[in-house]
Amino acid sequence: MAMILAISIGVLAGSGVWLILRPRSFQVIIGLSLLSYAVNLFIFSMGRLRSGAASIVNGSSDLGAYADPLPQALVLTAIVIGFAMTALFLVVLLASRGLTGTDHVDGRER
Amino acid sequence: MLDSLLTHLTILPIALPLLAGIILVLIEDRHHVLKLTISIVATLFLLAASVALLVDTNAGGYNISTYQLGNWPAPFGIVLVADRLSTMMVVLNAVLALSAALFASARWARAGQHFHTLFQLLLMGVNGAFLTGDLFNLFVFFEVLLAASYGLMLHGSGSLRVRAGLHYVAVNLVTSALFLIGVSLIYGVTGTLNMADLALRIPLVPDDSRMLLEAGGAILGIAFLVKAGMWPLSFWLPTTYAAASPPVAAMFAIMSKVGVYIILRLSLLLFGLEAGVSAHFGGQWLLYGGMATIAFGTIGVLSSQGMARMAGFSVLVSSGTLLAMIGYENAGVTAGALYYLVNSTLALSCFYLLVELVERGRGAGADVLAVTLEAFGDDGEPEEEVGVATPRTLALLGMAFVICAILLAGMPPFSGFLAKFAMIGAVLNLEGLGASDAVSGASWWLVALLIISGLAAMIGLLRAGINTYWISFDAEVPRIRVVEMLPVLLLLGLCLTLTVLAGPAMGYMQAAAQDLHVPIGYLGSVLAGADGGVP
Repeated sequence: MAMILAISIGVLAGSGVWLILRPRSFQVIIGLSLLSYAVNLFIFSMGRLRSGAASIVNGSSDLGAYADPLPQALVLTAIVIGFAMTALFLVVLLASRGLTGTDHVDGRER
Repeated sequence: MLDSLLTHLTILPIALPLLAGIILVLIEDRHHVLKLTISIVATLFLLAASVALLVDTNAGGYNISTYQLGNWPAPFGIVLVADRLSTMMVVLNAVLALSAALFASARWARAGQHFHTLFQLLLMGVNGAFLTGDLFNLFVFFEVLLAASYGLMLHGSGSLRVRAGLHYVAVNLVTSALFLIGVSLIYGVTGTLNMADLALRIPLVPDDSRMLLEAGGAILGIAFLVKAGMWPLSFWLPTTYAAASPPVAAMFAIMSKVGVYIILRLSLLLFGLEAGVSAHFGGQWLLYGGMATIAFGTIGVLSSQGMARMAGFSVLVSSGTLLAMIGYENAGVTAGALYYLVNSTLALSCFYLLVELVERGRGAGADVLAVTLEAFGDDGEPEEEVGVATPRTLALLGMAFVICAILLAGMPPFSGFLAKFAMIGAVLNLEGLGASDAVSGASWWLVALLIISGLAAMIGLLRAGINTYWISFDAEVPRIRVVEMLPVLLLLGLCLTLTVLAGPAMGYMQAAAQDLHVPIGYLGSVLAGADGGVP
C-alpha cells in the first residue's frame, strides 16, 4: 500500500510541476490541481498508513488501534482552501484571456 | 464588563476586521460613503484595540498573553499568542491600514467592487498570522490574507494588473503547496503542530528522522522566503507590487514582512539554541541568501525605469537586510533588525503612496528619460531658466519625497540611519562591548553591502526626484486632496517620532529580541495555558 501511495503522489506531483511550467494558462491550472491532489494525499499519509482502523478515540486506551485523526482534519481544510483558490485562479485566467486575447501566461505570444 | 473584555483583547485584532468585512459585504457598493465610514471606523477601532493589546501585554509581569480558542488547553487546541514582537507587528499593521484606507478613500476605493471588504479581510489575515501559535492555523490565516490580496491585487482591473495578478496567484498557489508539504512533514515527525510544543519536541527527535524534520523545516522556510522575496524566489515581487493600485501596494509592504516575521519566529523558536543538533539550522542560508537579495535589489533600484518598480526593489533590499540579520541569530543584531523592520515598512509604505501622487502630474515617459539621459547624455538645447515659483503642493510633495528618500537610504539624521547604525554596530560586535572577537569575512561583506545599498537607493531616488521636481517645468501640478496627503504625513511623522524616541524604541526592541532568543517565557505561558502562568 505504501508503494502504491508513494508512486501515485510522485506521479501526480511530477505531472503537476511539468504542467505548471507550460506556457498555456489552462495547463497551469490543471497542473496546480494535480499538485494540490498530490499534497493532499501526502498530508494524509503523514498520519501513517493504516487500513481498517477507526479514527475516533472511544474509551479504549490503546492508541495503536486508531488512525491519527488530525491529518484527516488538516486534509479537509486543505481540500476546501485548495478548491476555492483554484476557482479564483480560473476567474483570473478568464479575465486575462478576455483582456489580452491570448491564453499565454505572459499575455502575449512569443 | 471591562475585565471580561480585556480577557478577549487578544482576539480582537482578528475578530474586528472579520466583523467589519461581514457587515461591508452585505452593503451594496452604491452606498460608498456608508461603506467608507464603516471601513475607516473599523480600522480606527482596530488601531485602538492593537494599541490596547500592546499596552496590556507589556503591563503584565511576563509580557505574554495567550488566548485559547474554544478554551481547549494548549497543545491540543489552537492558541493565540501575543508577545512583544507580535503585538508590535499588529500595531504596525493597524497604522499602515489606517493610512492606506484614508488614501484609498479619495479615489481608489471606487475603482472596483468590494474594496473595503477585501481590505478588512486582508487585515484579519495579517493579524491572524502575527498572533497565531499554531502552524496549521498559520496556514489558514495565510490563505485568508492571500485570498484577500488576490482580490486587492486585481482591484482596478486593466490588462497590466490582470497579467501580473495571474503570475502572483500562480506563484502563491505553488507556495501554499510547499507550505502544506512542510507542515505535514513536521507533523509526521513530531506529532504536534503547536509551535511551543514543537520547540520542546524538536531536541528529542531521534537521529534517523531528524533529516525528515529538517527537510520539512526547509520546505516550510522556502514557502515564507517566497513571500519575503529572497533572491532567487523574488522575480514576481517588483512587477506585482508595481502593478497593484497604490493603497494596496502600501499594504503589500507589510505582507512581505509577514514572511520575514514568520522566518524570524520559527527559526528562533524551533531551531534556536535549545534545539540540540538542529540548532541554528538554516542560519547560513538566510545570511548568504539575504546578502544575495540585497545585491539583487540594489542593482534593481539603480536600473529600474519607474518609481513604483524602484519601490519594489527597495522592498527586496529591506527583506534581504532583515533575512541576513536573522541569519546571525544574535539578540543584539535582532534588536537592530526589528527597529529597521518598523522603520523600513513605514517608509516603503509611504513611498508607494507618494509615487502615485507624484506620477499623477506627469507623462509616463519621464522616468525612462531619467535613466536614458544619464546613459547617453542630454543633447538637447538647454532650456531657458525661468524663475517660476514652485507651487505649494509640489513643495510639500518634494519635502515628503526628500524625507522618504533619506529614510530609505539610511542617511542621517532620521531613523533609517539609526537602524542601520544599530545593525552594523551589532554585527561588528557580536559578543557585546569589550569582547575582542574577530569579525568574520561574511560580516564585512554584509556591512559593505548595506552601505552600498544605501548609496544606490540615494542615487536612484535622487535621479528620479531631480527629474520630477526640478526639471519638469511643463508638467502639470498634480491635484491632490488633503485626505491623500494626510496618510503620507502620518507615516513620515511616525518615522520622525521613532527617530526622536529612538532610546525607548530600541529598549523595547531589545526586550522583544531577548524574548525571542530565550523563549522560556513563551513556552511557559503557552503550555501552562494561564495568562503568563509559568515564570
